[in-house]
Amino acid sequence: VSATGRPILRVVSAGGGATLQDRGRHGALRYGITPAGPMDPLAHATANRALGNPPGATAIEVGLGGLAVAAEGASLDLALAGGAFRIACDGQALPPAVALTLHPGAVLSIRAGRAGAWCYLAVAGRIDVPPVLGSTATHTRSRLGGLDGRALAAGDGLAVAEARAGLGEPMLLRAPWLDRPPGTIRVVLGPQDDHFAPAEIAAFLDRDWTVSPRGDRMACFLDGAPLVHARGHDIVSDGVAPGAIQVPGQGLPIVLMADRQPTGGYPKIATVIGADLGRLAQGQAGTRLRFRAVSVPEAVAARRAEAAALEAPVALEPVVRTAFSSEFLLGRNLIDGVVG
Amino acid sequence: MTIPAPEPADRPRFLDAGEAALVVEFGAAVDPAINDRVLALDAALAADPPQGLAETVPTYRSLMIHYDPLALSREALVAAVEGRLAERDAAREAGRRWTIPCCYDPALAEDIAEAAGLLGLDAAAAAALHAGARYRVYMYGFAPGFAYLGGLPEALALPRRPSPRPPHPPGAVMIGGGLAAIGTVPMPTGWYVLGRTPERLFAPERDPAFLIESGDTIGFEPVGAEAFAALERRVEAGETVAGRTA
Repeated sequence: VSATGRPILRVVSAGGGATLQDRGRHGALRYGITPAGPMDPLAHATANRALGNPPGATAIEVGLGGLAVAAEGASLDLALAGGAFRIACDGQALPPAVALTLHPGAVLSIRAGRAGAWCYLAVAGRIDVPPVLGSTATHTRSRLGGLDGRALAAGDGLAVAEARAGLGEPMLLRAPWLDRPPGTIRVVLGPQDDHFAPAEIAAFLDRDWTVSPRGDRMACFLDGAPLVHARGHDIVSDGVAPGAIQVPGQGLPIVLMADRQPTGGYPKIATVIGADLGRLAQGQAGTRLRFRAVSVPEAVAARRAEAAALEAPVALEPVVRTAFSSEFLLGRNLIDGVVG
Repeated sequence: MTIPAPEPADRPRFLDAGEAALVVEFGAAVDPAINDRVLALDAALAADPPQGLAETVPTYRSLMIHYDPLALSREALVAAVEGRLAERDAAREAGRRWTIPCCYDPALAEDIAEAAGLLGLDAAAAAALHAGARYRVYMYGFAPGFAYLGGLPEALALPRRPSPRPPHPPGAVMIGGGLAAIGTVPMPTGWYVLGRTPERLFAPERDPAFLIESGDTIGFEPVGAEAFAALERRVEAGETVAGRTA
């Protein structure tokens, strides 16, 4: 229990790359402040909404390094959503999108699975960390937000204000909008597509690209056949939007993600649309994809559909009634090595 | 009063950066006149923001407008921008002028000997040239409170380092690529640390968190190492030591 008598969510182990994220630090891009925020905002919002939290509330973003947590002082309701991670609570395997009550003494473990790169752990109530410039989002490079601007580590305790617990048995999240197979990522061409000849833009859209293992919260690096610039690779620095695909001198595209700098100096051939950026973020290294150019209205329509999915409450149903046929477990790659 | 429409050559380019950001581009160069147009549009939008505008990012030669396309259509945003451009008789308020204390003592100015050597100068001459110029804050970027400054004397123009140096100290006053800069949060950098200011241009807990706006003008006032230490103590106590002269 914290000094103020509130329950604590204790980090039992952290494999690196787990950070606190709210909807992001917006409003100070003009001063060089990186927005940070969730890599997959839709999954982040889904986990929060499943518990009745505001969609942009502070939650833990767990990367491929995994995380284990315990409740201290009182039981806590938690929800998980994101990639197909391997979730277990005191040895009981759970589906990857799940809400549950974590009782003191039990350990919830979150480990990388076959698919997906980010998993969100939301807490019913409010993870009480001080906002910096109006946001709790962690940006480790500039050491802002979260817990002292750093990733979570074993031993960290997060005080939970207005904590709630009452779910009882684990509940499956019905969130079909998170079923987003990778494959085709939609883009709006520009703002610097005029730095590439039409044949190079066609090649950008026709080629297969592979997600490189070099990626992090700042950028998704793509491997493939390099692109050629028509007018050099240096531009006078200008603004960088989320999902901007910059092409530096060596010709391999880099998609700029949540921890991007707000300005940059490479030509940006296209921009991943908002509705597909989280899907791209969930691609593990080795994921193959293609880009498809769409119009601004088409991108707006996709964004509107995504917003509509979160308007209704997230439906929950008991895990025991729905799942855990061996086919389900095999399909989710949950059978081997589940118990941590 | 009827204001003539801008000449076609004056009309900026509107470039989509996805469906939630629009670039209004006034030119392709680092040029004070182009930057003035960026800042004038920025000020006009800030004075009367269309509903659904999220935030703007002025850069050397363009304004990036982040918006919520579910609340503000691209067409409505372009129309709002064109309306503001037509009102450009309402000139932007002149930027403020600042005097920033800067210590060029080699103990704090970690790279001054190296940079001066590359420029064929001695350290004192490099410091005098740097402190003798006035600078325009063109834009922020790269890191929190990292301000890009134009106005560096030609004699101090040298390319950025081929590979980054270890993280610069807080308050690093730097040169590189023909520009000057002030860094706040320590970061590895390709720039040369020519001096150091005790002032904190970025302090997240302070209101305002950022002292200086794009479009402001800066001069550096040389201070010795002892004066630097005294000023640093005042800054730590919460004081602002940069002078605002307009």
